[in-house]
Amino acid sequence: MVPIDPGISRLAFLSIAGLTVSYGGKVDVLRDVSLEVERGEVVGLIGPSGSGKSTILRTLVGLMKPRAGRVSVDGAPIDYSSRGSLRAARDRFAIVFQQYNLFQNMTALRNVAIAPTLVKKRDRAQVEAEARALLARVGLAEKVNAYPDELSGGQQQRVAIARALALKPDILLLDEVTAALDPELVGEVLDTIRALQRDGMTMLIVSHEMGFIREVASRVAFLDQGSVVEVGPPAEIFDTPKSARLRDFTSRILRH
Amino acid sequence: MWEQLLEDAPRFFGPYNLLFLGEALLNTLLLSYLGAAMGFAIGFGLAIGRHPRLYGVLPLRIVATLYVETFRRIPFLVKLMCVFFAFQLSGAQASLFTVALVTVVLSAAAFAAEIARAGIESVPAPQWDAAEAMNFSRWRVLTRVVAPQSWRVALPPLFGYAVGFIKSTSIASQIGVLELTYAAKILNTRGFSALLCFGTILVVYFLICWPTKRLGERLEARLAHRTAR
Repeated sequence: MVPIDPGISRLAFLSIAGLTVSYGGKVDVLRDVSLEVERGEVVGLIGPSGSGKSTILRTLVGLMKPRAGRVSVDGAPIDYSSRGSLRAARDRFAIVFQQYNLFQNMTALRNVAIAPTLVKKRDRAQVEAEARALLARVGLAEKVNAYPDELSGGQQQRVAIARALALKPDILLLDEVTAALDPELVGEVLDTIRALQRDGMTMLIVSHEMGFIREVASRVAFLDQGSVVEVGPPAEIFDTPKSARLRDFTSRILRH
Repeated sequence: MWEQLLEDAPRFFGPYNLLFLGEALLNTLLLSYLGAAMGFAIGFGLAIGRHPRLYGVLPLRIVATLYVETFRRIPFLVKLMCVFFAFQLSGAQASLFTVALVTVVLSAAAFAAEIARAGIESVPAPQWDAAEAMNFSRWRVLTRVVAPQSWRVALPPLFGYAVGFIKSTSIASQIGVLELTYAAKILNTRGFSALLCFGTILVVYFLICWPTKRLGERLEARLAHRTAR
């Protein structure tokens, strides 16, 4: 056993430190972002468009390459420049996108079952049974054989959530999952996420649904121009913002 | 004129000529279908090797792009001559048929690469994002997600070009490959009427091209039904 250095504090379940991401090698879309998420915790990311909220999630799953910074999950550091380490990281995370991004050439069931069977090489019959159960859990038991274009936006997004859950992720990343939905379909997706929170799923949620963030998140991070400006419990962030930028943001949001 | 034709016909369609035309037909079919099949396979490989999100490393992309852009712009006859003289210069012993086949393959590969590229690019980037985030390897992104959605865009022009290659093979007659057009020329110089010789191969060309086009349309309809979803 290597003795644990008492000077080093224990890392959070998901620990992001000094994350910097540039786009096209020039502009920093994320600048020195640090954020910690404990197991079972739900953290909300808010901020104006282009503030880098989605970039954090996309970087965590390796769709964008960080220029600097450290990310670790459960104490294990992730090296995004190594293929093997990236694969391991992608096993930890599952992401749900704003535009659902279901595979158009597959049924709902296949969408949910494909990664566990193909990538994780699990038994197909068992995976499909689980996929059916997951689709039932998001209220789509009767839609297993429907193709994405036969489903409404809300239904597609719930399939996408089931697909993410089928990966059995340690951390679920939700990237503005209700932003593309018609207002009357938002509720069904939010209900699904509420249920996940109750089950103790660790989540990082980017959303413009401030009321929802306030309700499900235990902490909220406010981003502006690629930097984390403030982090705190929802009540602090929304009711007693410290920084001028956050005050400006919340006042504009609440006016709507 | 009709009397002349009717008088010539039995002699023209005699066993020797039929055998001769049959061999020519076989060569035309081999040049067209084998050439297109090999060319398309190479073309798909080029498209995959050129794509930055698949296997496109820079040197490979430059070479592939140069090849595709050049070969699509050179007339078939000129390509045929180039291949012919390239074989001569290299001193390799190649039959005229091989020269023609290589030319068809080189042409088909360039066109197929471009068609496949358009097909791949018709699949929106978020489909790639989703697959990559779920740890699909590049090969699996291609075979499970991108390719099945590309066919709808790629298939109609592929069959269009396939029919084009059947017709292009007639140019191989210029270097003396025994295919349908060359056979017609030979029979014509042996004293058969031009109308009979070229009229016959006209019908044969149609009988090859038309089912090819129909097959393409049927596949297209099936794919539209299944993946237009």
